[in-house]
Order: sequence, then structure tokens, then C-alpha cells
Amino acid sequence: MIFNYNFCSLFSGKTIFICLLTFFIFLFGSNCFSQDDNIKKGKALFNTNCAACHKINKRAVGPALKGVSDKYEKEWLYTWIKNSTAMVKSGDARAVAIYEEYNGSVMTSFPQLSNEDIDNILAYTDYIPPAPVAAIQTPVVATQNNSNISNTIILSVLVLVLLSLLTMLILVNKTLKKIAISNGVVFEEKPKKQKTPLWKLFIENPFLVFLSVVFFLFSSAYVGYAYLMQIGIDQGYMPIQPIHYSHKIHSGDNQIECKYCHSSARVSKHSGIPSLNVCMNCHMNIAEYNGEEDLEKGYTKEFYTNEIKKLYKAVGWNEETQSYTGETQPVEWVRIHNLPDFVYFNHAQHVSVAGIDCQKCHGPVEEMEILYQHSSLTMGWCIDCHRESDVNLKDNEYYTKIHEELSKKYGVEKLTVAQMGGLECGKCHY
Amino acid sequence: MQKKKTYWKSEIELDKSSEWIDNLKNKEFAQKLPKDTLHDTELPDSETSRRDFLKYVGFSTAAVSLAACEGPVNKSIPYVFQPEQIIPGISNYYATTLFDGFDMTSVLVKTREGRPIKIENNNDAPVFNCSNARTNASVLSLYDSLRLKNPKFNGEDISWDLLINRAKKQLIDLKNNNEKLALVTSSYPSPTTKKIINDFIDVYPNVSHYYYDAISQSAALNAFEKAYNVRALPAYDFMKAKCIVSFGADFLGDWNGGGFDTDYAKMRIPKGKKGNAKMSKHFQFESNMTLSGANADYRYPTNSFEQKLIISAIYSELSSKNYPKALNESFKKVVKSITKELRKFGKNSIIITGIEDEDTQRCVLAINNILGSEVLVAEKYTQIRQGNPKSFDKLIDDINSGEISGVILSGINPVYTYYDSKKIISGLKKLKFSMTFTMKEDETSVHSQWVAPCPHSLESWGDFELRNGIFGLTQPTIKNIFDTRQFQDVLLDLAEIKTTYYDEIKLLWTNTILNGTTFEKALHDGFFIKKNNKKLTYSDNVDEVVKRLPGKKNNTGLELHLYSKTGIGDGQQANNPWLQEFPDPISRVTWDNYLTISKTDASNLGLKNINQSDGALDGSIALINLNGIEEKVPVLIQPGQAVGTVGLAFGYGRTKGVKEEMQIGVNAYSFYKQSNPIQIINVKATDEFHEFACTQLQNTLIGRDEIVRESTLEIFNTKDKKYWNPMTQVSRDHKEIDVTSEKADMWQAFDRSWGHHFNLSIDLNACTGCGACVIACHAENNVPVVGKREIRKSRDMHWLRIDRYYSSENTFEGDIEKVENSSDFFVRKELENPSENPQVTFQPIMCQHCNHAPCETVCPVAASVHGRQGQNHMTYNRCIGTRYCANNCPYKVRRFNWFLYNKNDEFDYHMNDDLGRMVLNPDVVVRSRGVMEKCSLCIQMTQKTILDAKLEGRQIKDGEFQTACSSACGSGAMVFGDVNDKDSKVNKLRSNDRMYRLLESVGTEPNVMYQTKVRNIEA
Repeated sequence: MIFNYNFCSLFSGKTIFICLLTFFIFLFGSNCFSQDDNIKKGKALFNTNCAACHKINKRAVGPALKGVSDKYEKEWLYTWIKNSTAMVKSGDARAVAIYEEYNGSVMTSFPQLSNEDIDNILAYTDYIPPAPVAAIQTPVVATQNNSNISNTIILSVLVLVLLSLLTMLILVNKTLKKIAISNGVVFEEKPKKQKTPLWKLFIENPFLVFLSVVFFLFSSAYVGYAYLMQIGIDQGYMPIQPIHYSHKIHSGDNQIECKYCHSSARVSKHSGIPSLNVCMNCHMNIAEYNGEEDLEKGYTKEFYTNEIKKLYKAVGWNEETQSYTGETQPVEWVRIHNLPDFVYFNHAQHVSVAGIDCQKCHGPVEEMEILYQHSSLTMGWCIDCHRESDVNLKDNEYYTKIHEELSKKYGVEKLTVAQMGGLECGKCHY
Repeated sequence: MQKKKTYWKSEIELDKSSEWIDNLKNKEFAQKLPKDTLHDTELPDSETSRRDFLKYVGFSTAAVSLAACEGPVNKSIPYVFQPEQIIPGISNYYATTLFDGFDMTSVLVKTREGRPIKIENNNDAPVFNCSNARTNASVLSLYDSLRLKNPKFNGEDISWDLLINRAKKQLIDLKNNNEKLALVTSSYPSPTTKKIINDFIDVYPNVSHYYYDAISQSAALNAFEKAYNVRALPAYDFMKAKCIVSFGADFLGDWNGGGFDTDYAKMRIPKGKKGNAKMSKHFQFESNMTLSGANADYRYPTNSFEQKLIISAIYSELSSKNYPKALNESFKKVVKSITKELRKFGKNSIIITGIEDEDTQRCVLAINNILGSEVLVAEKYTQIRQGNPKSFDKLIDDINSGEISGVILSGINPVYTYYDSKKIISGLKKLKFSMTFTMKEDETSVHSQWVAPCPHSLESWGDFELRNGIFGLTQPTIKNIFDTRQFQDVLLDLAEIKTTYYDEIKLLWTNTILNGTTFEKALHDGFFIKKNNKKLTYSDNVDEVVKRLPGKKNNTGLELHLYSKTGIGDGQQANNPWLQEFPDPISRVTWDNYLTISKTDASNLGLKNINQSDGALDGSIALINLNGIEEKVPVLIQPGQAVGTVGLAFGYGRTKGVKEEMQIGVNAYSFYKQSNPIQIINVKATDEFHEFACTQLQNTLIGRDEIVRESTLEIFNTKDKKYWNPMTQVSRDHKEIDVTSEKADMWQAFDRSWGHHFNLSIDLNACTGCGACVIACHAENNVPVVGKREIRKSRDMHWLRIDRYYSSENTFEGDIEKVENSSDFFVRKELENPSENPQVTFQPIMCQHCNHAPCETVCPVAASVHGRQGQNHMTYNRCIGTRYCANNCPYKVRRFNWFLYNKNDEFDYHMNDDLGRMVLNPDVVVRSRGVMEKCSLCIQMTQKTILDAKLEGRQIKDGEFQTACSSACGSGAMVFGDVNDKDSKVNKLRSNDRMYRLLESVGTEPNVMYQTKVRNIEA
């Protein structure tokens, strides 16, 4: 728990830093883009039409588009983009060459794009942004770091000053004493009283002994009980995974729905760790990380990109040829939420029937850079919720009969899970 | 009130002077507490000193505390590419046909995450749609750790490429030298396989094809061929049978490939208006006590001579010819009464026989022809058995004489199943080429050059003609676990035909069978009905046959009747611990085969059965001799065994390809001369005794005879319910009231008027005792196997047991009258000794889920609690193992885990290896040592049904709620459902006149109910 707390506080610090950073980028960026409207339009068009298969600097499904207008004349590009298939069929040498280079995969035709649109896109792909981000970044980081350093220096200087003051005082005191002795001042020695030691007093008082024994017994029982009760409870369990998968980036920053990846939670007892082909739905096109960084923790762009490379290795994806090699290495994730074998838990019941948010049990997953166990997963925790939660009787035909019978009999309109038998042992233990 | 009968479980209970029965009655748990170690006897000889002991204690304490410091790290490995159909946690079902050369069944296979875990009935299939105990257990045989993992040549592991290339070369050499080859397979009613074998023979014309059945039905096949010109076995529509006369045919067992119990059971439930209810009438003449005999209304223990005699007499009577001379008075009377019944029901009557004698079989077909029986459906024949023992005998001679230079064997194990295995072994050794296709390294394959490992039925493609015009498809439900290939594919490879079995099936089905239906549809359904049956006409004359029919009477020794057991069958699945531990429905013995003998013969020969004080059974070992073939066999005194006959089950005494613990029993095939299951043997007693693991005596009725209720059809029709199915009365305020009335109840009950309330109804009339439910329960609920030693100590773990009760009327005054008034041979015979011909009742017992459960009130930790839906919950994680609940349970259905039965070398069954554990149901926890367990009414299944309805937002229909046993019960004896659904079948059964609950007088209010057994007999 303590660790989590620290983690969270650091986290918020980081957020402030990121806000600052984006502010600067925004300032600079808006200045820059306002100079060329075409590039801005081109970027928008590129993102909607081209980005699925093309990247600026890197080969993806299709070739990298940086400097494409230098390679081909504009007229050729217009016809190619509007209807590439026809061009290949007509036997245009360059068109056929591209077609063959990319193993006969056909580029989608964009007849809806006007020549002006294409010009804008080309303007965007040709645009070389100056490298301003790094320039801005450094001073921000530096100031932050400086302030940290100065604090420590000030503190240590203060400590040093205090220490030297102390030593000076002691030295002064000593010298004064020496002077006094040499001047003949006599220091009286205090006579030592014969006191009974405290422990003897304690032993001689039976009531006190009794009290403390009782205290000792109770406190050790308390400590022992507390120790036993936490066995097997792994709240806050945050193991290191073979691939650093950030729920914060996927679920938080990119707003991907939980059940997009954990699709079996809707229908099955397992929420399911997504198979790697689900990752590849997006990561076939997202080969590198371009989002925010957390330099303090070492979560740089390279770091994240490297993690994506791990995924490619596991799934057997060859970036060069944009195809699967067939050599796979299944990922051995460390399981975080471990229910004992004797408990039956069904995700579908909670997610689909009851419509509970994933966060109710799993916590703020969209903020977790590294996933940890949010809830205690103890039986008491389950039961508490079953006692409080009402069953949604209205929208489900299954409950209509039960609801009718109950309202007729007892006039009950609301029904908790517990009243439906949600506390019965056999409902979860079989 | 109807006069009371006495029920008994074992013949020894009739001996009133016996002390042990009192002991059993007084002590509910007669067995002693176990010592700390498994082997009590080993302790005194142990070499462990005190110092060693302390060392171990110290070490293990330290190790445990160290290990406890950190929780285990669990890994989760998802698919890299998840198959579209598979969602983790959701079961997929595939329709397929299982065939192993002996059993053929159309089933649904339940798979989880790509592994088959349970066999369900394919209720849509028209025939063979009810899986028996063996088919249910076959899913465990798939995960048999002793399966062959790769091809072998002379005992050495080789690759498939090597096998194909080298074997092909050898075959071509043999072809060029024009040397003869035999391809011997089990009966294989597969159209595509037939085509592939023909294609193979086209390429290698020196090969000839033979069929060989481990248990032959050649006589029936020949007789049918004579009568209808097709060598096959006819179909029987027992839904039309109102009168059944069977001579040694165990049609509820494996006779004619089995699969008749569903229809038979439906006709056994009295139907029609009150006072005029009707049910079928069943006469059974037999030597061994079989399932069919146990279910019969009239059972006549007779030897095969007497049976033949009666058949010929019935024929003569029906065709107005003279009686054979040998028939005595009492037989005449029986024949008269039976022919009267046969005439009365005419086309709705059927006479069948299991005697392996062509004349008898022909005679029976002739009688059916005279009756014009509509029960026998000749055109719906099946070719599940095709073997011809005579041609196989000749083949063995030819192999030994060197006339045949090579064999290819598939799906058979003749070294084990042929009576003269030495001859086969010496023949195999002489051959230039021998190849065995097998799943296991069995008795035959170790003597074969090439061993080609085959996949299990659940891993295979296949097609079958279940019955004429009805086809079934087999599809793989799991990828091959080992490096195996199907026999058909290898044949195609050897013949260099560039196709696969699957492609051939698809081609053949699309071209000739499907009539336009898509292959995918047929594959989805698992079967396809092609209506093209042209009527077969009877053309046989048996007048001469009848004259010679009874043959010679045996006066020399005892008549041995070999039979296949419900559990083990022909012995292919001998390494299946579920089947080994499955109690035989009749004898209730597990882990053994034995010589069944009548009490009279046993005492004449000096053979004994001794019951130990804890209910364990010991039997004398007899020496049996058939013309020099000798074997020591333990003896079990079987009530109802015909005097002068003995029985012995096939399928035991395996030596290869089975675990040591399962290499038990005697190989009965060594007495299977000329494939005739009836042999004349000599039996001698020895001084030795054999220890049985028999569950029959482990709990007695303690005089509570009301547990079984039965009546006759006449009483059922004429008398009031109070007479034959009375409700126990208790006194309140000096007034008699029903024990179930609210006034007699001192408990506060749940309000069960809303939500679900589950009840299970078991019809004692429809239950044939087949035991499919027992195995289905094992598979669904991860019930452990405990082994013979533990079973003997009454520590069986079956959640569902089928109690078998014997009864006879010898204890009533009425019987004295009966003796005086009757000159009937059978009545006299019966009354001389009650165990000579008892009536049998099967009663499946599982947790009764009492509304006022005695187990719940005594649990100190509230691990046993009641649910609103009527189920009695057992919370394993809360249980501390005091066993108070088991002591307080009046039905003795609670099972205690005396040991850890998984991952424990002491219990080396399927739960001890990774492969075997693949069969475990992931929705049910595997219990640990020291925990009580019991039937949960398959709460995981009811909860799943409820959840599915909630997810789909709909009401639940009747029939959706099932338990493993009720869905496995093909005979419809078990009906499960929600009694709060007023229109449900189970709710109607609750108000049925025949309904009663076990020990109602105790006031437990069980949620399991029984339907009184009604026998169609004249009182």
C-alpha cells in the first residue's frame, strides 16, 4: 500500500511536468503550423486516408512516403493515388515495380481525393519539421532538476552551518570551563542516591506484571491474527511482466475499451488475457511509440518501441516484409488476480448481466502504468458487495417472473444479490 | 396394505445366524480408522530410527515454512493466434460417432479450450444415440499415458517416413514374388474404409481382407443371411414390443451391438389411464444373471440345452407341430403360457436369442416370422459385427503353414482375444511382414515387426453406416496428441494413392450418400439419414433344423457361459481406471472378473464366499479346466445363476499396454474355443481365497425395507395408491397425519415459491442399471479413482451408486400356499432356495438433497449448508473433515477423501499424470485430502443454464436444466428440472401416484424422488 501511495504521488508530479511540456509544444507548434495551412490540411487527410498503411519515415504495409514527390512526378502520383489498380493493369513500368515489390498487395484507390488534396498530402509528407521539441524539453527538465538540486544544497548548507555552530558552542563551553578551573572555581559533585532499579520495582509489583502480561498476550494475539489474516492476500501485487504493457497508454491515453481486448469477459467466466493476434489488430500499423514519455522512470519512446518489438518477436511478425514468419513464442504473462481453485467466479455474470464496470473491482486500470491487484479479493470483499448491490431486475426477461412473484408476495421492488441467494456457499464453491 | 417383501443385497444376508450382519447393522462405519501410513504392515519393519524421524520433521518444518514465505507465481499463457471458435471458459460441442470395433455410438463431445472432457448423448441421432458406461469413459482412454507415441520397428522408435518407405518396399517385393498377404481388421461398417481397402487391394492384389471380432456373433450373422440374404444383424424396434421373450440374449448389454435400452425402458413405464395402464411383458431365459434378466418380469435360470428345447417347443406350438419328447411337464406349462402371450400380442411380440448357434438363431427368426413381428426390422440391419471365426481359424493355420507371408492387423488384438494365443505368436514370428495398427503397445503389437500408432476415435476422421441407410460421421475433436496416423491414411500412403481419408470421405459422401445435403450440415449433425430401405423378405425353412435343435444334453461338467461385462466389455479399455472401478451392476464387484456360480453348485463343489466383518468379500479360488486349458479363477456365488452353469467375463487378464494395477483378473478368451461362448468345463475347488473389492455389502438396509418400493401391474391398476405406495403416518394430537404434512414439520423452511427449485425423479421401472450415469458423474465432477485396496475398505468415491437389491417372497406366509398349490418346476426351484432365482431392483442413489438435511445440522463449521434452489451445498474449503455429516446421513451418500488422490504416486491413476489430468472439468474443483464430498446435483450445470438465460435475457425452458446423470440417462429413468415451473416434466412426476421419497418417515424431505417399480407379473 505504501508503495502504491508513493507511486501515485510521483505520478501526479509527472503529470504536471507533462502538462508543461505539452503547453510549450503547443505554443511552438501553433506558431509553426499557422505559417502553412496546406500542411495542416495535408496532415488531416494523411491521417484519415493514408496512415492505415503508410508511415512518413518508415516502411509499413506500403512504402515510406517521405520525399515521395521527389521520386515521382505529380501527374503520375495523381493517377496512381486515384486508381492504382488500373495503372498496374495498364502495364506502367513503375507501377508494376511497386506492385511486385509489395508482393502483389493492391493499394486502395482514392477517387474521392482531388488534385489539390493530393498536393496537400504531398506537402505534408515533404515537410521536414524542425526539431524544436528537444530544444524546449531540455530547459524544462533542467529547471526542474536544478530546483531539486538547489533544495538539497540549501538544506545541506544549513545543516553544515548548524553543525559548525554546535561544535563552536561546545568548544566555547570547554574553554570557559578550563578558564574557571584555572581560576580556582570548585565544581561540586552531586552525591549519587542509592535508587532501586526500575526493573526491580516492576517485578515487585504483581499487578503491573499481570497487566503487562495481559497486554503482551493480547497484542501478540492481535499481531498473530493480523499476520495470519493477510496470508494469501496479494492486494497491490504488481509483478514484472515479460512485456511492459502499459494499461495507462492503451486504456487511459488511447481510450481503448477494456472489453475490446478482454472480449471473453462478456460471455465467459474468464476475462481472458488477449491473444497476440488481438494486439496485432492495431500494432500491425503502430510499430513505434510516439506518445508521452516519463524520463524519470526510463519510459522513453525507445523503451516503449522496444516493447512493441518484443510483441513482434513473440507473434512472429517481420516488419520488413510486413508478414508473419510463423515462428511464435507465446508470452508467459504473470497472473495477477489469482483466485483459489475452490472459488468459481464468472466474469460474464458480473460484466454482462450485472453491467458492473471493470474498475469496480480492478481499480483505476486506465491510470496504471504497471498493473497491480487493486482489490483484496477476499471472501469478505465479495460478500460486502453482494449485500449492498441491487440486482437489475428490469431489463432482463429472465428476472421478470421472479420480480412478479416477489412484488406480489412481499411488495419488494428492489432485491439485493444476497436476497437472490448470492451469499449461498454453493453458488461460488463447487 | 401390500404385503412386505424382504430385500437383500447378498445371498449371505439370508443366513440369520450370521454374526457379521449384526455388526454391520450396529456400526455404520464398520471399518477401523486408518493408521497414519498406507501400509500398516510395513511400520514395524521400518528402518527409520528416531533420529532420522526428528531429522525429517525438522527438515520438512523448515522447508514448509520457507515455502510458505512466498506465494506461487502463476503464469498465464494466452494463444498467439486464438482460434475463432474457442473462447476460454466456454465449452464447444461436436457431434461425432465413436467406434472402437466393439461399441458404436453417436455422441456429442464437450470440449474445453480444445480438449475433449466429456461425452454426451446425441439425442437427435436416430440410432445408437445412447452412450453406455464404456463410451462415456472413452474420453479418459484418449488421455491414456500408455498410448503409443510414435511408430516402431522391431521395438525401436522410428519415424513415419521410414515406416512408409520401407514397408512399401517390402510390400512391393511381396507383390512381385506373388506371396499372399492378409489384411485383418475389426468389423468396420465404414463405406469409405471399405473403398480404401478395395483400392489398396487393387494396388496389391496379393492381399485378401478378413474381418475378426473379439467377441463373435457369427451364428446370428449366418442365420440372418440364410433368412434375408444379407450377412448382418437385424434392428429391433423395442418401442413396438409389448411382449419380449429372450433366450440368453442380454439385449440391455452388448447383444447385437447394444443400444436397445432406450426404447425398451420407454415401454417399461406403465402408461395409460388409471386402471388400464399398460407396459411391456418381458420373459428371460438365461444362465448368467444379466442386466436383461435383472429387468425381466419373469426370469428362468436355465442352461443352453433347456433354452434350445423351449425354443423348439415354442416353434412347434406356434406352427402346430408336435412337442419334442424331452420336454417335461413344468417346461410345457411355461411354453404354454409364453405362447399364449406371444399369440395375444402377435406382431407386437418378439423373441430373441443370444445363443451362438446357427440353428437356434434360425429357429428364432422363423418364430418371429410366424408371429409377423414388427419389432424385428430386418432392413435396418447393422454390420457392427462382420467377423467369421471359421475363416479366421483357417487364416491362422495358413500363417503357421507358411502359405501366407504377411499380415496387416488393424483394430484387433488377437494374441489376447484368440483362444490359442501361442499359435498366433508362433505364426507372427514366421511371417516376412507383419504390421499392427494399434493405440497401445498391446499383446499383439509386441510380436509384430511394424507397429503403427493409431489415433483415438476422438482424434480421427471417419464415417460409418450405423444401420442400413443411416450414416454417421466421425470428426476429430482434438489435434493428435501423439505422432499417430489413421489406418486408412497409411493404407493410402502404402498404395501410393495421393489423397487422404478425409478427402475420400468427403468425396464419397457428396457423390453417393448426401443427396444434395451439404457435407458441413452432415458433419454438424454427426449423422445423415438416407431413406432407401427396400423391404427384405424372409426366405428360410427351419422344419429340419427344429428337429435337431436341442442337440445333446451336457452331463459331464459345468456349462461355462462367457460374457462381456458392462464395465470392461471386450477389454480394449482395460487401462481405464474409471471402468475398472465401475461396480458391476449385478455383482457390485470392482477391479475383478470371477466365476459366477449358483449356491447349489458352490456348496456341492465346496466353494465358499466369506464376508469379513467390515463388509469385504473373500471368495474361494477354483481351478477350471477345459480340455487341458487350466486357470485359477476366484468364485463369486451369484444368486440367480442357473444350476449347472457358471459365468466368466471377457476383458480381464490383460498383460501389455496396461498399468500394473490394472493387470488383473483372468483372461476368459483362453476358453473361447471356436468363438463359442458356451463351453463345458470342469471346476475344482482349491484352498486359496481371493480378496474381492465388492461394494455390495458395504452398507446394509438395516431393516429399512421401505427404501425399495415395488408392486405388480395388477395391483397398480386395481388398488388404491394407499395400498401399494403408502405415505408414512405420524401421530400428532393423537391423530394420524402424513409425515410430509406441514403440521408434522418442526423446521422452518425456505420460501421456495419463487426462483428455481430443483428436483430429480428416478423411475425404478425405467432404470436398467446400465451405469452410464455413474461414469458420466465421474467425468463431470472430477470424482477420483481410489483403487482396489481402498474400495475393499469401503472407501469408494462414487457420488452416484446404483444399489442392486435382490428380493424373493420366501419370508411370507403367502409363499407356503404358493408351494402347496403349485406343481410348477420353477416355483418349486425358486422356493427351495431364495437365492436361486431372485427378483432384482436397481436403485441409483446419490445425495438426496434433503430440505431438512441431517448432515447440515451436525457440521461444526457449517460447511454443509442448504441453498434456496433445493441443493444441499458442500463447501470443500470450509470442511475440516470431522465426518459427522457422513455419520448422520441416512442415505450413506457422503464420501470422504481419506488421501490425496491427485498427484500422488500411491494412487497412480489418471490424476497422477499431466496427460490424464487433461480430462478434468475445469468448472469443478479437485478435492484434497481430509475433505468430505458428495453429489451437488451438478450445481455447476444448473448455474451455467441460469447464467446463459440471464445473458440472453430469457426464461428457462423445461428440459434445459440437466445434471450429468440425467443427461447421460438414455432410458429416461432420470428426469431433472425445476418444480417451480408448473408445466415441467419433473413437477408432473412429483404428483405421480408411483412417487415416493426415500425414508420419508425420517422427515428429511429429499429433493430426489423415486417412482415405484411395477412388475408386469401375476401376483
